[in-house]
Amino acid sequence: MIQDTAIGSRLLEVRDLSLRGPGDMPILNGVSFGVEAGKVLAVVGESGSGKTMAARAILRLLPSQVRWHGGSIFLDGQRIEALGDKALRQLRGTKAGMIFQEPMISLNPVLTIGTQMMEALVLHHRLSSDEAWTRSVDMLKRVWIANPERCMAAYPHEFSGGMRQRIMLASAMLLKPKLLIADEPTTALDTLAQREVLELMMELTRTAGSSVLLITHNLGLVARYADDVLVLRRGDTVETGTTRRILAAPSAQYTRTLIDALPKRQEGRAAIAADRPAVIAAESISIEYPRAGLFSSEPPLKVVHDVSLAIRTGEIVALVGGSGSGKTTLGRSLIGLLPHSSGHVLYKGQRMDQADRDVKRRFRLDCQLIFQDPYSSLDPRYRVAEIVGEPLRHVAGLSRGERRDRVAEMLADVGLLDFAKRYPNAMSGGQRQRVAIARALIRKPAFVVADEPVSALDMTIQKQILELLQSLQERNGFACLFISHDLGAVSQIADRILVMDGGRLIEEGTVDQLMDRPGQDYTRRLVEASPTIDRFKAEAGVETQDA
Amino acid sequence: MKLSPQGMFGLMLIVVVAAAGLVSLFWTPLNPLGLNLGARLQPPSAHNLFGTDEFGRDVFSRAMVGARISLMISLLAVCFAVVVGTFVGIMAGYSRGFLDRVLMLCTNALLAFPGILLALGIIIIFGASITGLVLALGLSFTPSVIRVVRSTVLSLRQREFIEASRTIGNSEGYTMFAHVLPNCIVPVIVLGTSMFGWVILLESALSFLGVGISPPTPTWGNMLSGGRPFLESAPWLGIAPGICITVTLLGINLLGDALRDRYDPRMARA
Repeated sequence: MIQDTAIGSRLLEVRDLSLRGPGDMPILNGVSFGVEAGKVLAVVGESGSGKTMAARAILRLLPSQVRWHGGSIFLDGQRIEALGDKALRQLRGTKAGMIFQEPMISLNPVLTIGTQMMEALVLHHRLSSDEAWTRSVDMLKRVWIANPERCMAAYPHEFSGGMRQRIMLASAMLLKPKLLIADEPTTALDTLAQREVLELMMELTRTAGSSVLLITHNLGLVARYADDVLVLRRGDTVETGTTRRILAAPSAQYTRTLIDALPKRQEGRAAIAADRPAVIAAESISIEYPRAGLFSSEPPLKVVHDVSLAIRTGEIVALVGGSGSGKTTLGRSLIGLLPHSSGHVLYKGQRMDQADRDVKRRFRLDCQLIFQDPYSSLDPRYRVAEIVGEPLRHVAGLSRGERRDRVAEMLADVGLLDFAKRYPNAMSGGQRQRVAIARALIRKPAFVVADEPVSALDMTIQKQILELLQSLQERNGFACLFISHDLGAVSQIADRILVMDGGRLIEEGTVDQLMDRPGQDYTRRLVEASPTIDRFKAEAGVETQDA
Repeated sequence: MKLSPQGMFGLMLIVVVAAAGLVSLFWTPLNPLGLNLGARLQPPSAHNLFGTDEFGRDVFSRAMVGARISLMISLLAVCFAVVVGTFVGIMAGYSRGFLDRVLMLCTNALLAFPGILLALGIIIIFGASITGLVLALGLSFTPSVIRVVRSTVLSLRQREFIEASRTIGNSEGYTMFAHVLPNCIVPVIVLGTSMFGWVILLESALSFLGVGISPPTPTWGNMLSGGRPFLESAPWLGIAPGICITVTLLGINLLGDALRDRYDPRMARA
């Protein structure tokens, strides 16, 4: 437990912090924690745990509906809740800096990177603009931005998510804050970019002697980077302690649930016989996007190069790669949603580019897609039963009663029988994803593409959805292409993994082959970047043997 | 269908005004066209609730008839703009490409004319009948509906449920009507209700310019413009149609807000 130490011995001291939302809804209930100088504290919790609000309270950046109900926060000896507006402004940025989850929206799109970086320097340190420029360029170099002078004059949209997050990190660390608050800084990034940003963050804060408050739902990151952990659930402290203690010997049931939810490589899944016929196969598919503009003379952008693959009945094949590797495009193209510029797709052995209309239509109906974002893949104006029942429009000869029965059966399969009359807005992310799965599976498709179906969900929900997909797959026997950027997540569910980089398939193999003996450098980096807590689990194993 | 109390109040105002207009088909307190030069510019009294105009006609009776004509014209014009605008907007936004460019070129060309100039031109073509007026008013407000609907459709296209509809085998046309159209309703309601007010004003402006419904048939617009020379001596000539317009607009805006809340899926509950 956190000791009641004297004020000043720790950089950040939060005591009995309580926050209330609209209608006196509790957001935080008397939460206490502290961060010592130079240490990293991870605040772990799922959606609705209050972890973001706890962090925002430190800078008093709370939304207007959230009220300070009680408790106090000391940052570097200053009592936050007692500060006036001016003192508070001086403290933001210099004593504590913050980086946010969405690099796409946390930089101002109409100002250059240089303007945004130098703004804070000139404001807080009264530097001349020449000095501010030099320091900004130095900092950009340190976060591995190639050609930093050019970057200073560029606008945010010219950079990828990972680069933007590095730029955010650079501008926060320019002011050498004593505390860096990072609110899910890498949740929107792929595994490699995540690794890069966090490694840089740790290096910069270590050199500057700053402490870090890392807010995350990913225990793998906690294991790798944090000294101490605070677990929150629905505004209450679940437990707190050193990372080693929490991960190796959690005392609370909830912490154990979180640890259990981490993806595990499955053992002993029966190998799919290699002589089974392929449901779907691609032969040297290439996909191009035409350049925008009527008179553009530039050649089309080639995003997928010469890819061949085959997926057999009952097989789950994972397609893994970073953002921009072309995996989503390939998945869409396999089921006929995007045209390919060369090569062809074979469905049950038949070439789809030569098939007649009826065959093509059957192929389209037999292949389904599960989307990444359950918040945008369901029409907000339809009730759950209507959404799930809609694909049955294209099944000939179903009576109304039969239709209703099939919807009810499907809803029961995904555990949503009582939700038939609900609208998507009245449901959680995990429940919505179940609806999306039900919609994709109700017509008993032969092939399903699941495009990052769990990336937007909390860890415990991820686990449930993966288990649901797996059990439905075992029962219905469809072939599945599971697209993901996280090798760890797919190792739990896949029979085989394809690795994609720069629009090319670079490696293929079983889970064990790829995870234990990756052949390509890129795959090795993916394996290393995939966050796990194995280190602590091994220790826990040793401890129990000793006892 | 449940409406908020404000919405019910708005609905009530509209029903009262519309009922007055309908009743005027069969009955008005006095003859709205009956001249009585002996009783010119009489202030409101028990006999003439809203007073009399410069020809001694009963303003209240005229306002009742005016309600029927003004409401009918505005309603038809707004319906025209909303239906045509939504259809074209969805076509443009959903098809993109060549069709979108052509449609938006026409829309922007129409938008380049001031509304009143456009209306004047159309009336010259179709004549100052009710049909001509409805077309003129409707067409001048269609481009703004097209633009709003198109931009809504463009942002809807990014949402995955549109792609999901194609994935499960729905045709483009079905997707457009079953998934795109219903999600455009909220902005169209907001725009339609605010347009209603503008249409009534534009109609009175056209009457003022002498190309609207010509006297002696009363509309609120030509009553307003007809009373203008006497505003100092007989202010009720301006106040009476003014109140009618205000009450109607208030009712429509309250109802519009309530409908928006009602149709906003964020408000929807099982």
